[in-house]
Amino acid sequence: MAETVQAVELQEKEPLFGAKEKRLLIDPLSDNNPITVQVLGICSALAVTTLVIPSLVISVAVVFVCAFSNLIISLLRNVIPKQVRMIVQLVVIATLVTIVELTLKAVNFEVYKQLSVFIGLIITNCIVMGRLEAFAMANKPWRSFLDGIGNGLGYGAILVLVAIFREVFGKGSFAGIKIIGNTSDFMINTAADGSWFAWYSPNNLMVLPAAAMFLIGIVIWVQRSRNPKLVDIS
Amino acid sequence: MQRDSTNYVLFFTMTMTVIVAVVLAGMYSSLKDIHTTNEQNYNKKQILSSLDLAENFKASEKADDEVASIFEKQVEGVVINTAGETVEGRVAADVKMEKEEKKAEADRQYPVFKYKSDAGKEYYILSIRGNGLWDKIWGWVAIQNDERKTVVGAAFGHKGETPGLGAEIKDNKTWQKQFAGSEASKLMLYSDAGTYQGLMVKKGGAQDKSYQVDGISGATVTCDGVTEMLERGLAIYMPYLDSIKK
Repeated sequence: MAETVQAVELQEKEPLFGAKEKRLLIDPLSDNNPITVQVLGICSALAVTTLVIPSLVISVAVVFVCAFSNLIISLLRNVIPKQVRMIVQLVVIATLVTIVELTLKAVNFEVYKQLSVFIGLIITNCIVMGRLEAFAMANKPWRSFLDGIGNGLGYGAILVLVAIFREVFGKGSFAGIKIIGNTSDFMINTAADGSWFAWYSPNNLMVLPAAAMFLIGIVIWVQRSRNPKLVDIS
Repeated sequence: MQRDSTNYVLFFTMTMTVIVAVVLAGMYSSLKDIHTTNEQNYNKKQILSSLDLAENFKASEKADDEVASIFEKQVEGVVINTAGETVEGRVAADVKMEKEEKKAEADRQYPVFKYKSDAGKEYYILSIRGNGLWDKIWGWVAIQNDERKTVVGAAFGHKGETPGLGAEIKDNKTWQKQFAGSEASKLMLYSDAGTYQGLMVKKGGAQDKSYQVDGISGATVTCDGVTEMLERGLAIYMPYLDSIKK
């Protein structure tokens, strides 16, 4: 009896947001980034990053799905039968993704049309399932939830970063605000008479998925060269 | 119950399925009305976007309410059959081209949208649908109901064409601008001699600018699909347009 009381006390002493919890949130943003270090979820990172707004939307969706699937699986981790563990995880992910899809369809139909299949493809995003298997099945709900948010944010940060480069250099706009281009809709009209920017033309390569691969490659390169922890010693 | 027993697995999966089904079904049915309105507005916006070039219309930048009110006040929908006769009792906005094309050719019905501008100009927006390289492509062509059927603009959509190549039919505004023609030469569906010539996306650049537009490099198959769609799809509306002109 005395032992259990002590155990309960020990549990309560764990801070709600201590150093460990902070690391769960911060690590996936740099040292353990799902895209650049774990190299998960690359396919959607190449496909949806042509424009900033859709990338932001999909990042928010992934943060939501990651966090709540982690939380739910972690709550259920002791009652899930081992034989059907993967199926249960998939059902939880699929349910959350469908919720996101239905909500987006009601809130912003145009972005929903733009993202089309990619919302549904969050189900197959390796990051979500990977975190469930590697973290949520073995950790407590609160920490799993934070881990989900951290990984979602890590994914979203790279997505938005790549999207900013691709939209600005490929389309001459930022989040739909037209900055530079050859019609009068743009703030800087390169086609105007005597324009200083007559030499400018948008880089069409940036619109294609190949550009996303180069950009992610460059991000990985910069990150590895600045962070000694990531240098492969083998 | 043992956690690894078959009964427990069955119990667990069934409970989970029921919970998930109830949650999703509830959400779907409660949001269904909003989804339908959104979809209708989206379609209306796309239909009106074929007028973008005609009078600096910019349908794609208009708010949903504005589009809905334009549709209510200035657009008149008519449904026609293959013989060019009007069909009573059907709303044009509810005619879905993807459903019509599954019917036998003689049974198909087509929507025509007549837009009246504030200045009193009348445009007819015709819906067309065909095949691209990977999947379906579709579009709306706005014309004036004059002798040679002058084209004033067009908008296109596609299901799965390659981004940067075939998808340019939707994304490339400079290419679409050709359908508005220039002051000197407009595209026309009928030739000088009065025969139907349709419209053509010409590989290697338009030669006869009365009915040809430049192709998109790297998207030959999609462009051929667009040509086929324009030629076949627009011909269907001609009997109707001729009949109301008289």
